[in-house]
Amino acid sequence: MIKQSLIREFEKLLGVQNVLSSETDRHAYSYDAAMLEQVVPELVLRPDRTEPLSDLIRLCNENRLPLTVRGSGTNLSGGTIPDKKNGVVVLTNALNRILEINAEDLYARVEPGVITAQFAGKVAARGLFYPPDPGSQAVSTLGGNVAENAGGLRGLKYGVTENYVMGMDFFDSNGELIRTGSRTVKCVTGFNLKSLMIGSEGTLGVFKELILKLIPPPLASQAMLAVFDSVERASQSVSAIIAEKMVPCTLEFLDNFTIRSVEAFRHAGLPTEAQALLLIEMDGHPAQVAEETQKVEDICRREGAVRIQKAKDDAERDAIWQARRDALPALSRLKPTTVLEDATVPRSKIPAMVRGINELARKYNIQIGTFGHAGDGNLHPTFLTDRRDKAEFARVEKAIDELFEIALKLGGTLSGEHGIGLAKSKYLVQETGQGTIRLSRKIKQSLDPENILNPGKIIGG
Amino acid sequence: MAELYELSMLLGDLEEQLVTCMRCGMCQAVCPLYAETGRETDVARGKIVLLEHLSRELLKEPEAVKQRLENCLLCGSCAAACPSGVKVLDLFLKARAIINGYLGLPPAKKAVFRQIMTRPALFNRLISIASRFQGVFTRPAGEILGASCARFESALLQDRHFMPLARIPWHAKMPETDEPAGPDKTKVAFYPGCLVDKVFPDVAKSSFKALRHHGVKIYMPANQACCGIPALSSGDRKAFMQMVRCNLELFADKDFQYLLTPCATCTATIKEIWPMMGQYFPPEEQEKITALAAKTMDITQFIADKYVLQRKYDDSVDKGGVKVTYHDPCHLKKSLNVHVQPRTLIRVNPAYTFVEMDEADRCCGMGGSFGLQHYDLSKKVGNRKRQNIYQSGAEVVSTACPACMLQLIDLLSQSHAGIRVKHAVQIYAQGLG
Repeated sequence: MIKQSLIREFEKLLGVQNVLSSETDRHAYSYDAAMLEQVVPELVLRPDRTEPLSDLIRLCNENRLPLTVRGSGTNLSGGTIPDKKNGVVVLTNALNRILEINAEDLYARVEPGVITAQFAGKVAARGLFYPPDPGSQAVSTLGGNVAENAGGLRGLKYGVTENYVMGMDFFDSNGELIRTGSRTVKCVTGFNLKSLMIGSEGTLGVFKELILKLIPPPLASQAMLAVFDSVERASQSVSAIIAEKMVPCTLEFLDNFTIRSVEAFRHAGLPTEAQALLLIEMDGHPAQVAEETQKVEDICRREGAVRIQKAKDDAERDAIWQARRDALPALSRLKPTTVLEDATVPRSKIPAMVRGINELARKYNIQIGTFGHAGDGNLHPTFLTDRRDKAEFARVEKAIDELFEIALKLGGTLSGEHGIGLAKSKYLVQETGQGTIRLSRKIKQSLDPENILNPGKIIGG
Repeated sequence: MAELYELSMLLGDLEEQLVTCMRCGMCQAVCPLYAETGRETDVARGKIVLLEHLSRELLKEPEAVKQRLENCLLCGSCAAACPSGVKVLDLFLKARAIINGYLGLPPAKKAVFRQIMTRPALFNRLISIASRFQGVFTRPAGEILGASCARFESALLQDRHFMPLARIPWHAKMPETDEPAGPDKTKVAFYPGCLVDKVFPDVAKSSFKALRHHGVKIYMPANQACCGIPALSSGDRKAFMQMVRCNLELFADKDFQYLLTPCATCTATIKEIWPMMGQYFPPEEQEKITALAAKTMDITQFIADKYVLQRKYDDSVDKGGVKVTYHDPCHLKKSLNVHVQPRTLIRVNPAYTFVEMDEADRCCGMGGSFGLQHYDLSKKVGNRKRQNIYQSGAEVVSTACPACMLQLIDLLSQSHAGIRVKHAVQIYAQGLG
């Protein structure tokens, strides 16, 4: 229980309307998009300016209240589930101002609660480009993207969120303001604290303001769809495209199960007998796009694509991407519960990974649809189940344990873009070893001695 | 808590729907209320979790959950965008009825829904009395009107620009009609809906004009009852069922091919909500509901699909007419996927030039009786719509739902912008000369 007098202090600091303490309101912040045990916070705070953040954190620290920052609560690894004892949720969705878009120096300054897609839209309206496009971009916040180091479809060519963070202001666990990075392209001033903060999942500090890099947009783009009768051939095409020194801006993969589900859902005429689809988009200067598109087409044919379809106009381009957009909706409608994983392997290992996933589906008698980012080896095996069916759900959990083993054996990683959070912290040691965890805990201990910043995430404890 | 256990059992019926939500939170992107409040309890995901926790007795505040549930426009934006296909309207309407059944309905609402609105003749008489005394409403009259379909009680509020009740409602201008089917056998039943009947009779007049122009024969019985959505969204399933039964008596087993309405909400209610609530009716009534729902169609869809030649329109050519834009009613686009046809009806009138506004399908904020109980929030949601209308440069904003028309009139007249509001069928009928 949090004392009434402390709740009054928060109310004084943030305004009564921004402190939610009723049972019903608190229940609505007990979960995120990961299928994990729900934990009801003791208090929910919604600051509408960044200034009181410092005092807010200090109050939490002094009273040892574990604090979990929440943007839109779309986290897929439980990173926004509050702590079990006196958990406080701090919402950033009212800290949503775009402070500056600078077209001369190619950067923007934002508060952490700005919605990714809205930001990208505003940037585009100024003739510039912010590439990171995580699947939840329509709702996700930029603060959340940085805290999770979110990826997206454009990762192969344009990189992920970390490649666009130039600097930030954040508060440490004492509420002290910390500055790191700069608005300049080059900056070697002090420890590179911003890199430590990126992907730290709210365990090391609380963002106040982010400086993000912008780039000029590509002038042209060309989308195409290639149909394969084996995953190997699709994968060989991916490797060949990269080997011939071309970098598509997106290179997405759908497996047979996903293709059939999408076709049953949309009836767009996808070849249900195909073992793999590649959805490819080239972008850049129009002449380069034309030339590279031809080369990619030749490569796919050479590697055995049975059909290739190039978008002739915006409508056709949209139809091609619709198949990818439909993947998760189509799969998630088949069963009540969807567990979306993101184990990632070197791209050449995709056929082995897909084989491994299909083997898991057989072994544990569960349905798994796989789609994802073929260009960077980041697949999304999607486990379809019903969380009320305890026996099946236990099999799903076992299969997921094994999925990580397979990914690690292939030289891959536990998480490409969803984060470790609560869901995967128990697997961390398999990938990194004990030494890494000990060092990480030392860092955490020295930056947050009272362990109030999103405790339990990533490194447990 | 034995009693709460009872509620949890009742809510158990909703489990199949509750478990389909995968908590992805995509509803936050489209919910017009959440955009204003930023509260998780205002968005579908949050409400679904509250219902689940209530049904599992993890949460023991049914009254508070009821309040959060009522903070919803029932616009269906979330359902239309939901990746896992949760039937949100279905879920929330049933949940409201279950929780209200458990907690009891406020007496004033109960009286209005059960004693008055289920008796169409009495309802019409009361409204006709009210229309003669607008501005000097007594409180009970205000309650009667206010709890019904939309903001009938507007007249009572000083800062609001309202649409007065029509001096002569449509049912008084046009007595019941039952024309024999014509040579091409096309005969329709016409269901104006309360708002068109009592506030916008000219929309009904235009509908008749258009239908007759195309030689369509019309059946329109007297004493039609409300479609029932105001009662159901207040959680009064009993009154809802009475209203459905009243209408079944008038329309089921009658000889016509389509039941047409110029009200998006009525169309969506008859077509989707009636069958959705079918489980509560006996089998023979269920059959009648299914049959009637299948025949029900929005009037703009009927006219455009049957009588207007389909072609591509190039809006970039300024024909020099009155600039008109179109607002998509949620219950037409998001519930029934009807959005091309009303635009077609507008575009075929050469006196108008069509311009698309930004976010044409974003909710206007009316949400039936939501706009009544949460006027400030409703207006906030509406302001974004108003901005989009301004920026389109239109002189007329058209739509296909009388409830949206009320909201748009209110939004636009408060700012004295001189932008007029018309139903798409009015613009179409005007073009017929």
